[in-house]
Amino acid sequence: MISVNPKGEVWVFAEQHEGKLEDIGLELLGRARMLGDQLGVKVGAVLIGDNIKGLAQKLVHYGADKVYVVQHPLLGHYQTNSYSKVIYDLVHKYQPQIMIYGASSCGRDLAPRVASAVKAGLTADCTDLQIGDHENKSEGKTYNNLLLQIRPAFGGNIIATIINYDRWPQMATVREGVMPMPEPVVTRKGEIVEEQIQIGKEELPIEILREHRQPKKVNLKASRIVVAGGAGVGSKENFRLIWDLANSLGAAPGATRAAVDLGFIDRDYQVGQTGTTVRPSLYIAIGISGAIQHQAGMAESQKIIAINSDPQAPIFDVAHYKIVGDLNDIVPKMIKAIKARV
Amino acid sequence: MAYNCVVAIKQVPDTKRITGEAMNADGTVNRGALPAVFNPEDLNALELALDIKDKFGGKVTVITMGLPAASTVLREALYRGADDAILITDRKAAASDTLATSYILSCAVKKLDYDIVLCGRQAIDGDTAQVGPQMAEKLGIPQVTYIEELLTMENRHLSARRNIGNGWQEIKCKLPVLMTVIDEANEPRVPVAIKLMKYKKARTPIEIQMQLKKENPNASDAELKQLADMKIAELAKQGLLIKQWDLNELQADMQWCGRDGSPTKVHRIQSVVLTARESKTVEASEQGITDMIHELITDKTIS
Ligand SMILES: Cc1cc2nc3c(=O)[nH]c(=O)nc-3n(C[C@H](O)[C@H](O)[C@H](O)COP(=O)(O)OP(=O)(O)OC[C@H]3O[C@@H](n4cnc5c(N)ncnc54)[C@H](O)[C@@H]3O)c2cc1C
Repeated sequence: MISVNPKGEVWVFAEQHEGKLEDIGLELLGRARMLGDQLGVKVGAVLIGDNIKGLAQKLVHYGADKVYVVQHPLLGHYQTNSYSKVIYDLVHKYQPQIMIYGASSCGRDLAPRVASAVKAGLTADCTDLQIGDHENKSEGKTYNNLLLQIRPAFGGNIIATIINYDRWPQMATVREGVMPMPEPVVTRKGEIVEEQIQIGKEELPIEILREHRQPKKVNLKASRIVVAGGAGVGSKENFRLIWDLANSLGAAPGATRAAVDLGFIDRDYQVGQTGTTVRPSLYIAIGISGAIQHQAGMAESQKIIAINSDPQAPIFDVAHYKIVGDLNDIVPKMIKAIKARV
Repeated sequence: MAYNCVVAIKQVPDTKRITGEAMNADGTVNRGALPAVFNPEDLNALELALDIKDKFGGKVTVITMGLPAASTVLREALYRGADDAILITDRKAAASDTLATSYILSCAVKKLDYDIVLCGRQAIDGDTAQVGPQMAEKLGIPQVTYIEELLTMENRHLSARRNIGNGWQEIKCKLPVLMTVIDEANEPRVPVAIKLMKYKKARTPIEIQMQLKKENPNASDAELKQLADMKIAELAKQGLLIKQWDLNELQADMQWCGRDGSPTKVHRIQSVVLTARESKTVEASEQGITDMIHELITDKTIS
């Protein structure tokens, strides 16, 4: 662990695979920038890989003041042990006060290993990060300017705010799509710090035999409008209604976990706590009850239309437009109304 | 070639069962109304361990850290085929975060003879997925997370397929190793009737003590202790005593346990109350829908 260091920088792990930066690191830089400005400290990005220095400038454009670049032929593929050793060494050298990672499969594999080695705290899957004070009544002490790590817990039924005031860095993972992507500023200047690091074969206990990454088929996050269907749609055939309405609006289709489990649509389209988090201008929820885990992925939408035959359905609690009735009757009417306008 | 597996399991409130009855009138959760269950992905981890035992031989030991009531999940593991079960329980372990929990569990695993440590990817009460990787670091062994399928096991090496979210990865690794297992990996077996009949009487010492206290409210502490010692000896003879370790037994360093050993602290807990927002009810008629679409076009929500 490192001691409390209010002058320390705010760091982001800039995840990359095969020389391509993941969106999540850029999203995190947006928030890190805010936190850094509030604390009056610099924002650093940690970029690890082989032959990846060229990506550093982009991280500067997205908000980093400093990019710590660690290049080595043995770092070409992500491995838990090698990457966590690099971060461990950097953390001890530079003593950042905050370090955030994406809650991707890579980030959730890496961050706990680092936390354990550094003996620091880690909060998983934060949906918000802020700076605030903590009053410890039993000690009669107030800790100022801590990282408030806000996350849903207990299956999404409570919101917990977690802090660490004595053993730093303060570390958290954040889900993809939760923080808005910042606008890049191409004129922004930053410092690129190349780090030399000793890495040996003993840090690579895993042999990667084969790997397949498919590019995301659907980009729900980028859609201005999402038309989502739930179990109430009834069948895969009837899910055609969702596709038709989505097409008429130039929207992306989405679904609940129940609809995915029933085989109505592919898992890539799932919205919610264990799917994608979206915040479109318009979200149309059709035959969706509005379980808390689903709401976790869509409640921040600017406008929500809910269509449900049950007037008591919880989805209506977050809807701006409530339509009580049979979706089989209402959706065709909507398509007709839209087609009449355009 | 036989392999010894240790499976770390957890008893959790069934957050999937949050239905109307488990909700308070104000929209918050009534935790007491939730049943305690075997964490779902820990069943997948146990299944993988039992599968390794079926194919290659070896021993499956399950460990859990928790309150005395967590013995229930240990029994459920015994019903399914685990050979040995250990409860780690200690008041001083209360308020442990994932870092302290992984430290305590790693102290227990170090006392055991293991080739493979298995965990579920994550527990449904916290969904952190941190304890597995943290335990691996404390044990100084590699971790292989998100196991979807074990491919081969030979010469103390395993190969497996991991689910990496947007794809998969096949890896090879030398033992010992820690694996975290996802729900797609397998279909957990159900309890075996004959084992259920046998192990439903299995108890931890603390359960025996609590039971005797309830049955003999007027007995002195000395009498209770004598009764408990007898019962413990009897169960031990029948192979029905579930092991119970405390932090002392684990020789755990207290600075890394419980509240003191936990860098993360709770600042605030808020119940999620579903808030009503400014909203309008739209008539399900053609006119109602046309008006709504018109409004959304006018305010440029739909272009
Ligand atoms: C740990 C965990 C994670 C989860 N993650 C997610 C997640 O990421 N995303 C997610 O979506 N869920 C998730 N879930 C599942 C979630 O709890 C719900 O089970 C799920 O969202 C319900 O989907 P649904 O609304 O489609 O189905 P239901 O709850 O069955 O609702 C169907 C609705 O359709 C309505 N309906 C039926 N027929 C009609 C009709 N003809 N016309 C109009 N309305 C009709 C009904 O009134 C009902 O309200 C998760 C659960 C857990 C425990």
